[in-house]
Amino acid sequence: MAEFEFEFPVDRTAILNFAAALGETNPIYWDERYAQSTPLGGVIAPPTFAVACALWNPWHGLRGVRQIPAPPPATTGSPESAAPRERRSEGGGGTARLLHGEQRFEYHQPLRAEMHLTVTIRPGRTWEKEGKRGGRLRFSETITELRDERGELVVTATSVGIITEKAVEQ
Amino acid sequence: MSAASRTSASFGNPKLRASDLQVGASREQVVVENLSRTQIVMYAGASGDLNPIHYDEPFAQAAGYPSVFAHGMLTMGLTGRLLTDWLGDGVLRSFGVRFVRQVWPGDTLTAKGTVTAIEPDGRVTIELVTTNQRGEPVVTGDAVAQLPV
Repeated sequence: MAEFEFEFPVDRTAILNFAAALGETNPIYWDERYAQSTPLGGVIAPPTFAVACALWNPWHGLRGVRQIPAPPPATTGSPESAAPRERRSEGGGGTARLLHGEQRFEYHQPLRAEMHLTVTIRPGRTWEKEGKRGGRLRFSETITELRDERGELVVTATSVGIITEKAVEQ
Repeated sequence: MSAASRTSASFGNPKLRASDLQVGASREQVVVENLSRTQIVMYAGASGDLNPIHYDEPFAQAAGYPSVFAHGMLTMGLTGRLLTDWLGDGVLRSFGVRFVRQVWPGDTLTAKGTVTAIEPDGRVTIELVTTNQRGEPVVTGDAVAQLPV
């Protein structure tokens, strides 16, 4: 995976859907009038919302039947050309062995409704170790930066993915 | 945006001051009761993570799991509710977790935060653990919030 970039326009419906999926009742995520009465001055997103940039990632591998945004035609060195076909389509054998090990967010400013963000995703470190429950484990770090219209950082997200040999024993 | 509102925004909308807290103070909250497959599907759609392991029972069983299980990020998002309900909105400076155990449909999760450090500038460090109904940790982590002194 090489570094790649895409746009992430943040709208209130996306924040509403995300907050609703968390069972949220906090009005800061949907009630504009309430949000304007707080020092934040408007609707913001929940702390983990940055992951929803996946909806706008043309190369996202876990998109179900979504056809949009369509990945650009494969070119040498693009993330698309590096991903095996079955990982890009619905399901596929690859996803069953893929686990999320760790996730970290650094917050530089509130992530607000109506921000037009630019997302940069790049690979971080990779390593392997012998696991007790899932056989040999391959770890890989992915670093996602979300920047505002002025190019200033909003959120930095670091995720550690784990590929296991077999289903993790319960 | 004016300079003044930018300054206040840097503190978000805190619910308390750093001086209201002390090291060792803690809070816990049930963040989901009897987790439904519906909520997992809602999270899949809202987050864009449509890995079928989270909603397609035959797929999950073929992969060797007893049933579908929740996205780690759903559990992290639920854990985040403890932080925002306790400390306020837009006050976090960092939030990190390790996913230590899967979360299944029917699980009830309780998130607990404990203050481990308070800096003179109002930065508060919270240690986090979210446990299932059997008392087993499902995520552990930490967060830093910037609160007014």
